[in-house]
Amino acid sequence: MKFTLSWLKNHLDTTASVAEVCAALNKIGLEVEAVEDKATALAAFTIARVIEAKQHPNADRLRVCMVDTGAGEPVQVVCGAPNARTGMKSVFSPPGTYIPGKDITLGKGVIRGVESNGMLCSSAELELSNDHDGIIDLPDDAPVGMAYAAWAGLDDPVIEIAVTPNRADALGVHGIARDLAAAGLGTCKDINVKPVKSTEPCPVSVSLAFDAHDRHLCPSFGLRLIRGVRNGPSPGWVQARLRAIGLRPINALVDVTNFMTFAVNRPLHVFDADKVHGNLVVRRAKAGESIVALDGKTYQLGDDHVVIVDDNGVESLAGVMGGQSSGCDENTVNVLVESALWDPLTVARTGRALGINSDARYRFERGVDPDFCLPGLDLATQMIVELCGGEPTQFVLAGETPDTSRFIDFPWSEVQRLTGLVLPVPEMKLALVELGFHVSGSGDNVRVSPPSWRGDIEGKADLVEEIVRIAGLDRVAAIPFPRLVDEVPKPVLTVLQKRTRLAKRTLATRGLVEAVTWSFIAHDEATHFGGGKAALRLANPIAADLSDMRPSLLPGLIRAAQRNADRGFGDVALFEVGQVFLGDGEDDQRMSAAALRRGAARASGTGRHWDGAAREIGALDAKEDALALLSSLGVATGGLQIVPGGPDWMHPGRSATLQFGPKGVIGAFGEIHPRTLKLLDVKGPLVAFELHLDGLPLPKAKPTKMKPKLRLAEFQPVTRDLAFVVDAGVAAGEMARLAAQADRALIADVAVFDIYEGDKVEAGKKSVALAVTLQPTEKTMTDAEIEAVAGKVVAEMVKRFGASLRG
Amino acid sequence: MTDLSTLERDTLAAIAAAPDEAALEAVRIAALGKAGAISGLLKMLGAMTPDERKEQGPLINGLRDRVTAALSKARECLADAALNARLASERIDVSLPVRESPEARGRLHPISQVIDEITAIFGDMGFSIAEGPDVETDDLNFTKLNFPEGHPAREMHDTFFFAPDKDGKRKLLRTHTSPVQVRTMLANKPPMRVICPGRTYRCDSDQTHTPMFHQVEGLVIDKGSNLGHLKWILQEFCKSFFEVPDVKMRFRPSFFPFTEPSVEVDIQCSRKGGELRFGEGEDWLEILGCGMVHPNVLRNVGIDPDVYQGFAWGMGIDRIAMLKYGMPDLRPFFEADVRWLQHYGFRPLDFPTLAGGLSG
Repeated sequence: MKFTLSWLKNHLDTTASVAEVCAALNKIGLEVEAVEDKATALAAFTIARVIEAKQHPNADRLRVCMVDTGAGEPVQVVCGAPNARTGMKSVFSPPGTYIPGKDITLGKGVIRGVESNGMLCSSAELELSNDHDGIIDLPDDAPVGMAYAAWAGLDDPVIEIAVTPNRADALGVHGIARDLAAAGLGTCKDINVKPVKSTEPCPVSVSLAFDAHDRHLCPSFGLRLIRGVRNGPSPGWVQARLRAIGLRPINALVDVTNFMTFAVNRPLHVFDADKVHGNLVVRRAKAGESIVALDGKTYQLGDDHVVIVDDNGVESLAGVMGGQSSGCDENTVNVLVESALWDPLTVARTGRALGINSDARYRFERGVDPDFCLPGLDLATQMIVELCGGEPTQFVLAGETPDTSRFIDFPWSEVQRLTGLVLPVPEMKLALVELGFHVSGSGDNVRVSPPSWRGDIEGKADLVEEIVRIAGLDRVAAIPFPRLVDEVPKPVLTVLQKRTRLAKRTLATRGLVEAVTWSFIAHDEATHFGGGKAALRLANPIAADLSDMRPSLLPGLIRAAQRNADRGFGDVALFEVGQVFLGDGEDDQRMSAAALRRGAARASGTGRHWDGAAREIGALDAKEDALALLSSLGVATGGLQIVPGGPDWMHPGRSATLQFGPKGVIGAFGEIHPRTLKLLDVKGPLVAFELHLDGLPLPKAKPTKMKPKLRLAEFQPVTRDLAFVVDAGVAAGEMARLAAQADRALIADVAVFDIYEGDKVEAGKKSVALAVTLQPTEKTMTDAEIEAVAGKVVAEMVKRFGASLRG
Repeated sequence: MTDLSTLERDTLAAIAAAPDEAALEAVRIAALGKAGAISGLLKMLGAMTPDERKEQGPLINGLRDRVTAALSKARECLADAALNARLASERIDVSLPVRESPEARGRLHPISQVIDEITAIFGDMGFSIAEGPDVETDDLNFTKLNFPEGHPAREMHDTFFFAPDKDGKRKLLRTHTSPVQVRTMLANKPPMRVICPGRTYRCDSDQTHTPMFHQVEGLVIDKGSNLGHLKWILQEFCKSFFEVPDVKMRFRPSFFPFTEPSVEVDIQCSRKGGELRFGEGEDWLEILGCGMVHPNVLRNVGIDPDVYQGFAWGMGIDRIAMLKYGMPDLRPFFEADVRWLQHYGFRPLDFPTLAGGLSG
């Protein structure tokens, strides 16, 4: 919403400066977005007279002008304008002036050998128009030496405010004045609406053709004919105001409707009565109907839209835009003026559906003052008669003004209850009264009736807001917020929250960099990773490849890794901890953690190094990341099973499922499947793990924080190395696990310290070397006892894996 | 007794002259070995008369002690020299670059860091962290929050919707974290104090908007919390979060469907040399929206607005991260460019705490 300071002062009796007005607007919730003050911007430009204009001695197209600036001696200026001539009055700027149209600061100069001490300016140089054909040519009575902006009436600052959706009443200058007056900035002037007197009835009737349940679409519609108007350009002051706020003056009748819209928030429509055939009917549009609107565009209509029709068809789109065929132009002699109320929702939907953003729509969809519908018609009539002459008829009214009167029982103490601010009752009452509220009763509880233009006021809290915004939120003092109980704060994070943040830090300590990727991915990717369900497909995605909620973090990470590789960073290690979606139910969202490594981005170091050849990452790097994460989260991994083969998007022979039993799958690790790489159009190999943090076993609740008692063995551990030859397909990890079970009492640890496949073992076989550590608890072991345990391990390996002890 | 002094002089000279362990050992054997000269003299002590022994004993023993000490010292010197010689030959190139440690390479995304910072501050004030699903119902995202029917936010051009189910109800991606507040109020009884950080979505994409972004909201419901308390919390939060001794804030009346009165908050700042600083300057920067929870919202979750009251606020996590740490543009937050992440990300062990300071 834009308005000028002088326009405001037509409605507000005040001596406040622009700065004071703006400060007050911000304070009361009408946020100032911009102030354009031409008087300040053009302060250095003054009216001057060209005493003499001579041909420049060295340039055909230049003139040397002696200029009377009204301040001392005449000034010599070299001017290139074709219209510079002796005796003319124009606009002068001295050296040092910033010229907005050229974005330069003027200096003294010598132009083709002649000194120039300033500039005579074109309208374009002052950014007042696009006219740069010549310097501004002012009438003879323009006073030399006066600031040009003030003389030209440009010294009227334009203020633009942002109006929140609840404040429809502030979409007119008068409503803004009322708010400012309540805030102590002056006195709001009454709008002097005299009822228009006429003995002649309006010859055109209006009928509201709605079913009973549709009556709200147009509660009331007022119409009046004015005969014998002379429509032409509106007076300069009207045009100046409209131009200042960015509107194009059209003709007096149309300008009056725009003026009324901005001055008093009363959108109107004018029909050329001679182009209207028969009476007016207001109804829902019918499918197939269309209208050529005032913007020259044709709109197809349906029964969602409300229209005004005559015998010829649709003449106007209710509350949104009028039609071209019955519009007013300079030949209009008889005019029908419409002032109506429209259903805000319908206006909003029609405007949105048809893509029309008009000032009328903007106001009707927020709700205009219903009680001002007929006074607005009278006020517009007065203005039309003043500007264009003519004889008004009586008005006709279809429907009736809805009764919006209501009251709120209001204890003054509510202000303190909700804001902490203690205000004297008279001040609170005055604020409400100034805003147009009616306050009845006395004492602690009063009855408050909101004015007709405040449809947004529903209850006590709204009244508190009114009082406090007028008093000023700066008067609400900050009050220390007490703790619920006077003690050291208790931990607030849940297990999952703690695990989520610890997971991020753990993965980062492994050299992985945290990415945050979109929650939505392409449909084919979602499908490939086990998602793509209809329920998780957006009806209106922002882009075709961001259409489905992700079932996994991996597609986003894989794509991100490739983007980095494309930029020359191929050894990339990324992770993400975030939500994935298994369905649209509220329990179908999971907190997933995933890490992806590419190229030679291993945890121990990235890329090539003098210390050894760069080894490409393998699936077991991802396993290491996954197990490091579980360990860091304190998940007991004793029961963790690593089952060969991961999900479909992983290489079947180089991946595994991580699970606590068949029903306790927590995730997987492995190399990304070549087909997946192809689908995503990325280069591999890539390795990754992904697991759901909310699927991990919860820590056991314990009564105390005591750790189990430490029992240190008194006897030294001994280690025996045993190498076995087994089939190449045997799982070495399983061998180690079962070897440890050969004597649970004595075997403390089994490590796989060497794997060999090659010439020294039979084809199809491999050698697996285990280091078995024995921890005696009773006494130092004899060689025979050690050999006995080693024998048990060997027997177990032979039995379970067909292993033979390597010589 | 010149024998003894000659023997001593010769032996000590031989010790001093011994070039290595082996030569020294030869000297030792010659002097103190089984058939050594000094061993021989010591053996003779037994055959002497007590008077002779009294005289010769100390002399011979003294000789033996001095030779033993000299041998031991010489051995030490030789060992030292040998070690020095070995050390002189042992040299590595200390300039060789070592592998960068994983802790030095890994980074946390600024969003994670800022959520941890916010958690540290509000956790200390006794707020717990509430979370909810990203896929929400229209009821929790809009209706319960007092959004009127026909509100522009409920249209397809602002909000991501899913296809309608068989009952014609369509789910949506939450446009704010406010439905988590509703869930909290439905599931708990006052008093409550929660913050709700999370991902939010709007159909918007330009320089300053991304279709996905992060918000944190706060909610307090009890029998006495008012706008004054809210002002204090926000002031203390901004001071603590931006790590400045003081901030100046401006509270402007505003409008949100779910609060009444509603307030927008600006924070004073300066922009000297392109660097944003808080607690000084002439500019105002809008930072958050807040207000007293609307009585309709309280009624919608079964809380009597005449008995209970409270406030809520919300702000963009990405936005306050940009303000604090100086990222100029929002879009790279979600592009996973490792150069950006390395530069604007945080070291893995920079865990923000109030005791140790939020940032390192």
